[in-house]
Order: sequence, then structure tokens, then C-alpha cells
Amino acid sequence: MAEYIKLIDVTKCTGCRGCQVACKQWNNLPAEQTMFTGSLQNPKDLSYNTWCLIRFDEVERDGKLNWLMRHDACMHCETPACAKACPSPGALKKLENGAVVHDKNFCIGCRACIIACPFDIPRNNPDLEKMAKCGLCHDRIDDGKKPACVTTCPTGALTFGTKEEMLKAAEKRAEKIKGFIYPANPKYETHVMYVMPGSVTISDFSHTNPKPKMPTSLLWWKNMFKPFTLIGIAGVAGAAFLHYILKGPHMPHEKKEEGGE
Amino acid sequence: MTNHWNDIQHADAILIMGSNPAENHPISFKWVNEARNKRGAKLIVVDPRFTRSAATADIYARLRPGTDIAFLGAVINYAIEKNRINEEYVKNYTDASYIVNPAFQGAPDLDGVFSGLTGAKYDKATWGYEMDANGIPKQDLTLQDPMCVYQLLKKHYSRYTIKKVSEITGCDAADLEAVCEAYTATYKPELSGTIMYAMGTTQHTYGSQNVRAFAVLQLLLGNIGVAGGGINALRGESNVQGSTDHGALFHILTGYLKYPKANQPTLAVYNEQNTPKNKDPKSLNWWGNTPKYMASLLKAWWKDADLETAYSYIPKIDDGKNYSYLPIFSAMANGEIKGLFAWGMNPAVGAPSSKMIRKALAQLDWLVAIDLWETETSAFWQKDAGVDPADIKTEVFLLPAASSVEKEGSISNSGRWCQWRYKAIDPVGHAEDDLWIITQIVNRTKDLYAKEGGAFPDPILNLSWNYGKVGLDGKIHAPSPREVAKEINGYFIAEKEIEDKAKGEIKKYKPGDIVPSFAMLQDDGSTVCGCWVYCGSFDEKGENKMMKRDASDPTGLGMYPNWSWSWPVNRRIVYNRASVNAEGQPFSKEKPVLWWSKLKKTWLGDIPDGGGGPDAILPFIMVPHGRGMLFAAGMSDGPFPEHYEPLESVVKNTISSTQVSPVITRWDEKAKEATCNPILAAGCIAALYGSEEAKEFPVVCSTYRVTEHWQTGQMTRWLPWLTELVPNQFVEMSEEFARENGITFGDKVRLTSARNVEGIEAYAMITKRLKPFKIQGKDIHMVGITWHFGYKGRVTGGNANDLTPFIGDPNTMIPEYKAFLVKVEKV
Repeated sequence: MAEYIKLIDVTKCTGCRGCQVACKQWNNLPAEQTMFTGSLQNPKDLSYNTWCLIRFDEVERDGKLNWLMRHDACMHCETPACAKACPSPGALKKLENGAVVHDKNFCIGCRACIIACPFDIPRNNPDLEKMAKCGLCHDRIDDGKKPACVTTCPTGALTFGTKEEMLKAAEKRAEKIKGFIYPANPKYETHVMYVMPGSVTISDFSHTNPKPKMPTSLLWWKNMFKPFTLIGIAGVAGAAFLHYILKGPHMPHEKKEEGGE
Repeated sequence: MTNHWNDIQHADAILIMGSNPAENHPISFKWVNEARNKRGAKLIVVDPRFTRSAATADIYARLRPGTDIAFLGAVINYAIEKNRINEEYVKNYTDASYIVNPAFQGAPDLDGVFSGLTGAKYDKATWGYEMDANGIPKQDLTLQDPMCVYQLLKKHYSRYTIKKVSEITGCDAADLEAVCEAYTATYKPELSGTIMYAMGTTQHTYGSQNVRAFAVLQLLLGNIGVAGGGINALRGESNVQGSTDHGALFHILTGYLKYPKANQPTLAVYNEQNTPKNKDPKSLNWWGNTPKYMASLLKAWWKDADLETAYSYIPKIDDGKNYSYLPIFSAMANGEIKGLFAWGMNPAVGAPSSKMIRKALAQLDWLVAIDLWETETSAFWQKDAGVDPADIKTEVFLLPAASSVEKEGSISNSGRWCQWRYKAIDPVGHAEDDLWIITQIVNRTKDLYAKEGGAFPDPILNLSWNYGKVGLDGKIHAPSPREVAKEINGYFIAEKEIEDKAKGEIKKYKPGDIVPSFAMLQDDGSTVCGCWVYCGSFDEKGENKMMKRDASDPTGLGMYPNWSWSWPVNRRIVYNRASVNAEGQPFSKEKPVLWWSKLKKTWLGDIPDGGGGPDAILPFIMVPHGRGMLFAAGMSDGPFPEHYEPLESVVKNTISSTQVSPVITRWDEKAKEATCNPILAAGCIAALYGSEEAKEFPVVCSTYRVTEHWQTGQMTRWLPWLTELVPNQFVEMSEEFARENGITFGDKVRLTSARNVEGIEAYAMITKRLKPFKIQGKDIHMVGITWHFGYKGRVTGGNANDLTPFIGDPNTMIPEYKAFLVKVEKV
């Protein structure tokens, strides 16, 4: 199966927020009760019911105003920290096409993915004890369609295609506009990429991580400590088995008759 | 639009001015980006606010609200001074060479006005061309005669220097010059520039002249008729183009035929006065066909009446009267209008000085509102509107209407493409489609006239209404929009033989035959046609071409001639004869709209304007002399656009001492008269330059729309996914203004105007995207507010039009929503 990338060209985004509404429509997500936030950004943040959001930033650089509009949603990491952190098998997994998908049926609401995500994407619903995030419309991809946000984008800011195509397109575009690609770290691969304007830096965009990486603590835990704990668990099991062979089953202590008439 | 939406992709420069397409016409940005990516087109955005359109622009220039003519004057002056004009085009296809009446005097001579001003009206006797012995305008092809249009234009705009205009508009001189340089670069014949404009251009007391300034610039640069050029009005509603095509305005009938006046008592007089004459054999003078189109329209309405009788049935406009939006509500306030149909219209929020409008509505005996939801207009009598229902005597009816997906019909987009739409689902509840509702009203009104008589029952009783199968009672009950469309196209009602001069044959038509083109329409009553510009939307076999969905593109220019149908005669770019030279060869080889094939002896490409070979006709077929008008005597307020200040302004006009347009209808002056109705007296006050009011209300305000809501919000403020995005009314202001007035993040402010001292509340959006304008040594602050909010809906909020002034453009009466004065205080 082909691997896909969603490419976001920030220099073509007009912040119309068609993607926000299309996401809600396809994923059947209810509207939030919002209030004025001070800017056009609304809802204020991602949530259990808002999986993509245009973030608005006003930045002055070299006496020129940049009104930045960035489509913020799950980055669909090649090695997803969320899935690595998730203790509940089947709740979070990466598909061959690149989408990191989430199954609410298996989610135990432990928030491990939220803590682990380098982009601060997953959001919890405390009442339901479930997490939710963008799944790259993997159901649409299976059906030969593009994600809902990409299909609705009128300006060509959001495009979707095979990994090879999109990587090439991103490089070409970044070169043409003298911009840069994000995430820039070639070691940190994602299935969502941005082309950003050269007039600003990545830290001018709110809610971005200039150096995304798998959390070190997670690596320590999953790669180092966890194997040890498995050894520990295996040791306990082995000891129990040995006990059974050598001593026979462990019987409960007979209860003493207590009290009486 | 002279061009069409996807033609924007062919532009080499795109000027967005008086519009904000990224927000209000989001799909258009697909084509804007296409032009930038494929052609390297420069995107220029000129706007008082740094909008979402400005966010991705190559050049952004800011101007103080209401100074568009000054700004464009600088661009025109730059083009003339630097000789960045398309000379071949200007000489041959515009009136630049025509000699004007020697008695004409312009704004440079008369301190901002033109010759003939008497009171508040121009006598246009001197605004004409000099004619030769044959009745053709005299020309000086060297363009040197001091009275030729070009020299007059040059003199007029020589006053609009970069320095002067920078002072008027508050635009940084370097930015202004950058715009001049980038846009006038399209003067080269092979390059084209497009102008995308909307209500930011038109909603001024000189809105029509703002558009005229675009026309002058585009003609000088040779940008009309070519691919990627044109003057493109981005219509604010999906079918507003259709509504004006079909005569839903007070001053026109269908197809832009002039509306009959009381001093035109007979059809003969109407035709005499409204049919322009021309003696130049090269000018088609298309409006010379007016009698044919008028006769066919009269026959569409009254098939059994003779033409003069049918004409007598049309109510006439009283001499000197104007029945546009503002006068209607003024008459309503005075109790002269007793009933109102508000059909898909929400004046309680959308009209200027809307607080006054709601009081005017209360003077009605009855109001019928036809809409999808209960609008502010249909609820103007409720407590939500801030009134006691017991005080309102008006009887209000609310008829639920079908939405666009619940009915069939055509939609004409800004690019004149008429696309047929099919019904997807049945209307909800008791809602009915508009055609059904109007048919019921027709049937029942006819019954009442038949039963009760009346002052003049004939026009109603004899009205033709044959849009479907007749029931047992002799009436249509299930009218078909397809039948209406057929009548709009036109058909014969008598036998007729028409000679086809080109083919040298005679074609016979019998009653019921489709009229294949407006060239076949007759002035003798043998044809009916509901709207002549739509004649040809059906083919001879009766196929509705608006239903065509063939995406083939033979020219490769994205004209898709078999996708829907475009008026006129499926021409995708109007005035396209101006895109070729005298040999019929396109100015731009790379994007030719039209070219003459010497081999086939025919035009290829788009449908050409008018017949004949190269150089057989002049390209601007809709004007009597056939040449694009740099000098437009038809305007009420001057043949050249001249800068005036908005009615409400804190800035003195420095281009002349004429502060405001001298020919606008001054409701504010009427309001001061002792006899003025108190409703109008309160609602028409204006804060004029130098007045006490202007000191009390010193902040310039402009209204606008956002992507997330639509118009008065009556369709979008009920939808949760959209109200989530913009839940509250807000007002944009600069950081400097907020600081000066102690307004901080999240504060609520109150806006008041001379007409509304109670004011409205809104959240303060403090932004770097607005900055004070430095004008005449002072900081002029501006704020911007959406007009999407009212008191009905899932979310509600302060109604911006409760603040706006009751004043309009002298040509169109469009209200001045885009520049007025307010006071802003922290709540």
C-alpha cells in the first residue's frame, strides 16, 4: 500500500476555515459552545470535538506584518509517540498508509498519548474517559478519496498524495518561495508536512515544536525499563511455576472456626 | 464580471480593491493562486484593513476608507505620465481621440465640479462629443487637441500626484508607487491585469465613480476584452447577478431595459427616448434594438394584449422620482407605503440606519416576510427587537420558503454563467418554493379582482401566467420553472419569416418555435422573450443549455463553452473584439480569446461580439459610438471620477474645496426641516465635516463581512458549525487606538453614531492589522465591524447597521456603508 502525506502550504492558506467545518461534518463532530477569543481563532484550542483548527498569529518582521494562518491537526508521525505510549492494544496504531488512527473502543482514557505527543495534539474527554484526534480520514483514503479537509480546501493550501509526490512538491515549493519545510528534522518523519514562508521562523507560529522528537522519557520507559519489568513479570511467573512443580499448588490456609455460640 | 471566475488564472497582475475575496469569495482564490503559481502574477491588495486577502499578497497598500478615487487617480496619472498605456488600444478602441464640446469645463477648472451644476443636479448639455457633418464624433488621432478626451483626462488626473494622494489616502508613498508600478506593467499588449471588486468599491456616495475609475484605468492599459483582464464585480450573493438580469431593481426591466417613466405615456415615446442613435457604420449600437426587446417582453407578460395596451399596463415611475431602497423606507416612514413583501430580504438588519428602518416597518398595515427562518424583519415587533409588541399595529405574515436545494431553477453567477440546479430534497415542513408562492398570490389576486373589480383590474386579469398544466379551475397550481425558463429565452407566437442575410436564406418560424437568438426577436409582437440577454439559452430543439455539463475546453483557456450557458449568446468574455488588432490577431498570442482565421474566413475561440470580419465593427457594442468610454456623460456626477470625501468625514477635502459629492440626495438636510417626520429626523442625521457631531463621533467606521457568516446572518447564525467559528459581534481596532482609549483584551465596547446614541455593543478585537492613518498632521483612527449580527438566531449580537448613515450614491442610491463616523467607548 502507498504511503501518503498531507502537505500544508501556509503561503496559500487564506484562513477560511472550510477545513475546520469539513472535518466536523465528515467526522460527525458537534459544534462547541464558543465565545469571542480575541482573534478569529475559534474554538480557542483543539478539543475532543475539534480535531483541526486554524491558528492565527500576527507577527511583525522587518517592519512588515505577517498574518499567519496555520492548519493545526495531527501530524501522523512515522514513529508515533502516542501509539508507543499507549498501554491499551488496539487503541492507537499506525496504518501502512501513514495514518495514525485511534479506536475509541479500546481507549482507556489514561492520557499517556497526550503526555507523549511532541505536537500536543490528542485531547481527552474527562467525562467519557476517552481521547480523540484527527485520523487523516483513513476511511476516506481506503475509499480512494482525500481527507475531508483537503477536499474542501478552495485555495490549494492543503494537498494530499503519495509520499514521493508530496516530498518533491514540498521541496519545489519551498525553493520557489524561499521558504522552509516543517518539520525540518529529516530524522523525524511525519505524514503531514508544511511549507512555511521564509519571512518568519517556525517559532513565530503558535503551538509548534521547532524540534519534534520522541520524548526521551518514553524511550527510556518503553525501550529500557519496560523490558526489565517484563523480565520481572516473567521471573515472578517462572517462580510461581517452579513452586507448583516443586511444592504443588498453593492452597489457601484453612480458616479457623472462630467464635461460636 | 466582464470576464468570469476561472479566467482570473490568466491574469499577470491582480488588483483586489474594494473586495476581500479570500474571505467573501473564497473559491476565487483557487484561481488567484493559479495565476500566481503558473504565471507569476503579482497579487496587489488595497484595503483599509489588512484582510485575509492581504495576508498572502505580494503588495499590500492601505488607504483611508472612502479615498479610492484618489488612490486610482494616482495610478491613472502614473500610467499617463510614464506613458504606460496601450497606445494602439487607446487610440482605436476608446474615445480618447474624440473631441469634447468646447464649452465643457472639468474639475481642474471649476474647483472639483463639472460644468452645468445647478443646485444639486448637473445639466449635461456641455458633456458631449463634437460631431462631424455625418453625425459621427470628431477625432484627433494624435491625441493632442486640448479638448480631446485624452488631454482632458490627462489634465484631470495630473492633480493626483503620488505625494498628494499619499496625503489624502494615508497610504505610504512607497507602497502607492509600488502598486502603480506593478499594476500599470500590464499596459503591454501581451499582458493583462484583472480587477476584483465588490461592495467596498460601490458602497460610497461616489461608488459608481469608483467603478468608473477602474474602467478608465483598464481602458488605458488595454485590459478589457482580454483573457485575465476585465472589471470583475464579485457579486455578494449566489444569484444576485440573476436578480439584476431579471429586473429585480426599481430602475430597470429585464435585460437592463430602462424602466418606463410617467412622461413616456406610450410605447412609441418610450422607444423614441430609450433607443440610442448612431450614424457610424462601424458601431453596432446594440441598444438600437431596444424596441424589439421591449415588445418581446411586453408580449411575455400580456400575450393577448396589443403592444401599446400592454405598455399601458406597466406602472410608470413618476417624473423625477426614485424608488430605490432608501426612498422606499423614507416613504414607509411617512406612511405612504402600506404593505411590504420582504422576500428573502432582511432590511431590519441589512438596511442603513436600520433602527429607523424598524420604526418605518411599524408604520405598515401589513408585512409579508418570506424566508427560511424567522428573521429580524419578520420579528421587528417582538420584545427581542427592543419594542413593546402591544405598540405595533402592523399585521405580520411569515411564509416559510424552500431553500436552494429544495427547489429547481437557474443560478447566474458573477461570471454570467447560468447553471441549472435540480431539486435535491423536498422542502421541510410547510415550506414552499418561491414560484409556487408567487403563483398562489397571482391566482388569488386575480380571483379578488374578478370578484371585486378595483381601480384598474386589466393588468392583473390579463396577465399571462402559463407555466404549467392548467387545473379544472382554469389555473396553474404546480408551476414549472422549466416553463418559466422557456419564456425567458423566448418563443414565437405568430408565423414569421426571417431573412438570414449572412446565409442568404429565409427561415420560417411558426407559433411555439423557440427563438434561437436575440437577433431574431421582433418588434411587431410576433415573439415573446422574458429577458433578451437570456435569448439563446434554449436551442431550437428546446434543449435548455443551462443544463449542459460538458467539461471540454477547446481553447484551453478554461472557457468550457458547453458547461452551462453564459449570457450573452454563450460569450464567456464580453467586449472580446477588443482583444484583437485590426487584422483580427490577438494582442496576446499566449492566451488568445479570439482570432480570425484567414483560411476559414471565420472567428475562432470565444463567441465574438458582433459579426463581420476583422475591423468590421468597433468592439464596445453596447455604447452608441462603439468605443470604450473614458469620458462618460451618462453618469449623474461627472464624466471623470473626482475625489470627494464621504458624507461623514473628519478630513477636509484637499483636492478641491468641494467637500462631498455635489449631487447626492441629502436626507440629512431634509431631517433638519421642521416638517420632517420624527422617525426620519432621528434616523437621517449625519456627522458632517466640521460639525459638532463630527467632533463627538471622530472615529471612521467601515462595515464588512467574514467568511464564516453571510449577509445579515439570517442563514448562518442558525448553523452550529458556523456560530462556533464566529459566535459574537466584534469590532476590529488598532493597538494604538485601544491603548489611547484604555481598551484591553477581551473588553466589550459600545459604538454610537449621530443616528444611534444608545449604540450597540461588541467585543474589541485589538489587532496589528489596523493602524491609524496620518492625515493632515493628525492620527485618524478607524474601526471595522461585521454586519452579520441581529437579535434573532442561535447567536445574536449588536447590529452594525443601526449605526450606518442614510445616504446613497447619486447614480444607484447604494448606501454609504463603508465610511461613516462613530464613537467607541469601553463598556
